[in-house]
Amino acid sequence: MADLAARRALPRPLRSRLRPRRAGVVTAGLVLIVAVGGALLAPIVWPLDQSAVALDQTRLAPSWSHLGGTDDLGRDVAHRAVYGLRVSLLVGAVAALVATVIGGLIGGIAGTLGGRVDRVLMRIVDTIAALPHLLLGIFIVAMLRPSLGAVIASVGLTHWLSTARIVRSELLSLRTRTFVDAAISGGAGRGRVLVRHLLPHVLPRLALATTLMIPHAVWHETALSFLGLGLPPHLASLGNMISDGEGSLLTGAWWASLVPGAVIVVVTLAIAVLAARWRDRLDPRVRAELQL
Amino acid sequence: MTSPQQLLADEVRVAYDRQVVLDGVTLSVGRGETVGLRGPSGCGKSTLVRVLALLHRPDGGQVSIDGTPVTGVRYAVPVGLRTRVAVLFQSPRAAADPRLSLTDLIAEPLRAVRAPEPGVRERVAELADLVGLTPDLLTRRPHAVSDGQLQRACLARALVHRPDYLLCDEATAMLDASTQAHVAAVIADYQRAQNAGVLVITHDEALMGRWADRIVDLAGAVTAPAR
Repeated sequence: MADLAARRALPRPLRSRLRPRRAGVVTAGLVLIVAVGGALLAPIVWPLDQSAVALDQTRLAPSWSHLGGTDDLGRDVAHRAVYGLRVSLLVGAVAALVATVIGGLIGGIAGTLGGRVDRVLMRIVDTIAALPHLLLGIFIVAMLRPSLGAVIASVGLTHWLSTARIVRSELLSLRTRTFVDAAISGGAGRGRVLVRHLLPHVLPRLALATTLMIPHAVWHETALSFLGLGLPPHLASLGNMISDGEGSLLTGAWWASLVPGAVIVVVTLAIAVLAARWRDRLDPRVRAELQL
Repeated sequence: MTSPQQLLADEVRVAYDRQVVLDGVTLSVGRGETVGLRGPSGCGKSTLVRVLALLHRPDGGQVSIDGTPVTGVRYAVPVGLRTRVAVLFQSPRAAADPRLSLTDLIAEPLRAVRAPEPGVRERVAELADLVGLTPDLLTRRPHAVSDGQLQRACLARALVHRPDYLLCDEATAMLDASTQAHVAAVIADYQRAQNAGVLVITHDEALMGRWADRIVDLAGAVTAPAR
């Protein structure tokens, strides 16, 4: 009875210390719900003809009829930003998933087998990490035709390194834990230890790494599109829009670049805030104090 | 006279990098006897236990069970041989997978060797009763029980395969007096019933004196009779 009461009382100071951050988390959650919901529902509630232009309405300042103004071809900036966000989130999520699968496999093999296999794989990772990853991404896109698939491949194939390192180091440290010794002593084989004792500990970290990867992947996609290597120019993508708006900036039409830029900053920040909060919850020290 | 019914570390040598921890140590634990192992901190007691538990490959010498030398360590040891030696670790916190409930913790070694589920449940209930864990504790996970309760579960897990040899590496150091006495009593009962060989490491001289049939001093490797 007594120890139960003590357990309830213990986390309280910690909880109050965490409370100021709750507002940030709630805001980030709302932003993300609006962003993802908007991106998903856009084709139904607010369809867009990607190639339509209105040359009599170019560079209109933001107003009630055009919330984000219009660009140099008279296209509604806010409208296209929603569709650009669709592309960015899709590329971000799929590319992060691709990076997680590749990184998880490489890191998993290195961390499970250890020894020579580990050393060889990690030297390969180090070698690739030594190359500037945007340059590598440009090289990959350049080999393929500009398309959604090429952008996803470019981002996915250059972002798995950190995931591989996380999974590997996690597995290597788990392997030396006493409860793994206990399992081996109890008769468990390699497969059993991996599935029962190692993966359940690695998977949350892996999911977190994937989530943290999404903002990164979104930025990478934007950079590629900005450089003209992303989607075909008539398709709305946040990078394309920022790049297109560049010309309008000099004429004073700041909104054509700023609106898509602001969308990307706010949405990736929201994802990063939520992922950071999740990471804190996963941290074993904090988790032990919270008695989760 | 050496009986072949023993767990034997023969001229075992272990070094971490250049630091020699064990140099030609020979220790035997016969079936039915309780051997106490003592020595100052850092003298290699835990390493010796890991070698005897077939978890650490010695740099020299070998381990044999009932006269049969064991080649390889860890996964390389056949399951039937591995499960004949059980270990009770010093820290139950470290030795328990935090994701498993106490029931799953105790049942895990049986499930790992694909024992039929009804038998598993029966054995878990029997062991939980033996070590004094109530049903409401069994559904909890390690963070929701005390060190003592967790060590009882770890003891149940160690006994689940009915090992012939049980190695206790300061297994009672973190426990309160009554739990300590209970754990020691359960081990002693098991040792008599199963005619098992038990190796006990403890800094508690009084407990060691009561518990061990003979005491080995690792620092000098001098064998002295108890009492």
